[in-house]
Amino acid sequence: MLRRTLLTSAAAGFGLALAGAAAAGEPMDKVKACFVYVGPIGDGGWTYQHHDGALQVQAAYGDKVELQWQESVPDGADAERVLTQMALGGCNIIFTTSFGYMDATNAVAAKFPNVMFEHATGFKRDHPNVSTYNARFYEGRAVQGTIAGRMTKSNKIGYIASFPIPEVIMGINSYYLHAKKVNPDVEVSVVWAYTWFDPAKEADAAKALIDQGVDVIAAHTDSTAPLAEAAKTPGVIGFGQASDMAEYKDGPRVSSIIDNWGPYYVKRVGALLDGSYEQIDAWEGIAGGEVLIGEITDAVPADVKAEAEALRDAIAAGTYHPFTGPINKQDGSAWLADGQTAPDGDLLGMGFYVEGINGDIPQ
Amino acid sequence: MLRLEKRPNPSKFWLYATPVVAVVMTMIVGGMLFAFMGKNPVEVIRTIFWDPMFGEFAFYLRGQLLVKAGPLILIAIGLSLGFRAGIWNIGAEGQYIMGAICGAAVGLAVYPTESRLIYPAMVIAGALGGWAWGMIPAILKTRFNTNEILVSLMLVYVAQTILAKASTGFLKNPEGMGFPGSRNFSSYPAAANPELVAGTGIHWGVVAAFAVAIVGWVLLSRHIIGFQIKLSGQAPRAARFHGVNPSRLVVLCMGISGALAGLAGLFEVTGPAGQITIDFNVGYGFTAIIVAFLGRLNPIGIVFAGILMALTYVGGEMAATNLGLPAAAIQVFQGMLLFFLLGVDVLTNFRIRTAILGVK
Repeated sequence: MLRRTLLTSAAAGFGLALAGAAAAGEPMDKVKACFVYVGPIGDGGWTYQHHDGALQVQAAYGDKVELQWQESVPDGADAERVLTQMALGGCNIIFTTSFGYMDATNAVAAKFPNVMFEHATGFKRDHPNVSTYNARFYEGRAVQGTIAGRMTKSNKIGYIASFPIPEVIMGINSYYLHAKKVNPDVEVSVVWAYTWFDPAKEADAAKALIDQGVDVIAAHTDSTAPLAEAAKTPGVIGFGQASDMAEYKDGPRVSSIIDNWGPYYVKRVGALLDGSYEQIDAWEGIAGGEVLIGEITDAVPADVKAEAEALRDAIAAGTYHPFTGPINKQDGSAWLADGQTAPDGDLLGMGFYVEGINGDIPQ
Repeated sequence: MLRLEKRPNPSKFWLYATPVVAVVMTMIVGGMLFAFMGKNPVEVIRTIFWDPMFGEFAFYLRGQLLVKAGPLILIAIGLSLGFRAGIWNIGAEGQYIMGAICGAAVGLAVYPTESRLIYPAMVIAGALGGWAWGMIPAILKTRFNTNEILVSLMLVYVAQTILAKASTGFLKNPEGMGFPGSRNFSSYPAAANPELVAGTGIHWGVVAAFAVAIVGWVLLSRHIIGFQIKLSGQAPRAARFHGVNPSRLVVLCMGISGALAGLAGLFEVTGPAGQITIDFNVGYGFTAIIVAFLGRLNPIGIVFAGILMALTYVGGEMAATNLGLPAAAIQVFQGMLLFFLLGVDVLTNFRIRTAILGVK
């Protein structure tokens, strides 16, 4: 089953009407699909997976698609220039793959109404030719949290956070809630790295966590550096983030969250080719195949593995939502009543920790 | 055997020839690198140096060169004054950040008031923010004889932390759905720094950069302070005999470079960048050090160096996008430029002699 949230806000509705005129209906013989990356393709994580998705588009449509991409593009003025250059250079659809490109994407989209823009992880669709897409990574975090809660010996688990945005806070909350569910004594430590990709900083963050006695590390940054750091201390385990990071399977990596953007990219470029393209706000998860759980290794006992996989399957089947009440906010006030599941709007604007997490979200 | 012999006086010829030779050598060796990567080196070099100015999309990219060069020039001219006097402000990146934060804070504090006075007040606040951040290493140096290189550099990291605090806390957009980052100035006309003439890329920061280049040139060539700066760098003892107060010069040079970096930050945050974000700074303060030296610490030279540097960024991006070069290859190419500049620069102060073996 495919879950797709089509926000019927005023902006989106207005957009759909206009986008019809701009794109839908007219099949195209050839599409130039362009990608803007926040890090290098060789990061082994976030950008690597987006590029992998881009290559799947090429594989799916062959000569009908021309690919173009640009690595390591900073936010702001530089992103605007790169986007403008791509639009001028004949790109038909441009995927901007980091939340920092949000304003630049909308600014350039205003100038090129016939070029389609797809912004990952943002919420602004100011123009009919801007769509947004994201994945329900918090579903994967629930599986990781379960493993972390069962595996920790020190009862201290860690999270390397990138920026204090809803997507990351959602991940921390889901990770903690599910660790707590299987291990009531568990505590989570969060380190804010303020970067998506900086192997040195990411390794420092992992080291700081290990120094605090943390023995399970989840990362929300893009490189393999946290795993490389964890490998130096026996008994510390971690997870592949964004990509499978299978090269650490013999070391600290016990499972992973894999971002699988390929199917979405193939679908969107395909829609442009056959003329059925429309403005959307896509947010799929384990069920839609956008979030995959990488192989759980033998370092994890069989019963824990089975428990984690059962959780994954329940989420995929739609019988379990990782944010199901009763859940209180950090300050003790009620968020979700017993049995209530979190509305998407709450998740997309999430700016609070759930009850039990120590420390503050930077502000 | 080759041997280096110190020249009695720096060579005037090599002073001006060095940047040109360095650029040519970068093209040659960079071209070899690109050839090794299986690209046509001529095409890559043409994409980097020619296309942004005269290629198909030059109408857009020429303006972008100015957008990119503006802050580099503004910061580099400030730095060059200190560098000439032997005062090493390495922390322009931090002063740039603080200028942006202070200036943006003034504008955001009065949001959404519309008044012609708001932008000038922000400009002043931006300059003061950068100046104050530059004063910290200056005063520590004059009072306690600390090393201004280390202090100014370390303050960059402090400024980055304050920037993170600003984007997630006191300057955060209250309507930003919980995302870090301030309001976007493009939707607040009284505090915005828009393109002055559509399509040219020229905003107030670019105008300021060119104005400061002229003022800087006059200062260095016609004004007593310029003379004192040059004298202190070339002959510190003579400068003291001449009545130059070294402490005053440190405060002056750090102050000017800090204020100019702060201005650059303010113009950038209200214009091309649009908003305060956690990773608002993209290294202009550090790149400006290269620009200052590439421009021979001469304000007019720095204008050309700034544009050349902008060319390697904008053209480099084009090469990466259109020819599929990895971003790292472009960074190596930019690094080569500084490497060859410093390497060839040896010829300004030394000459190469062929020595006969056995004779020293």
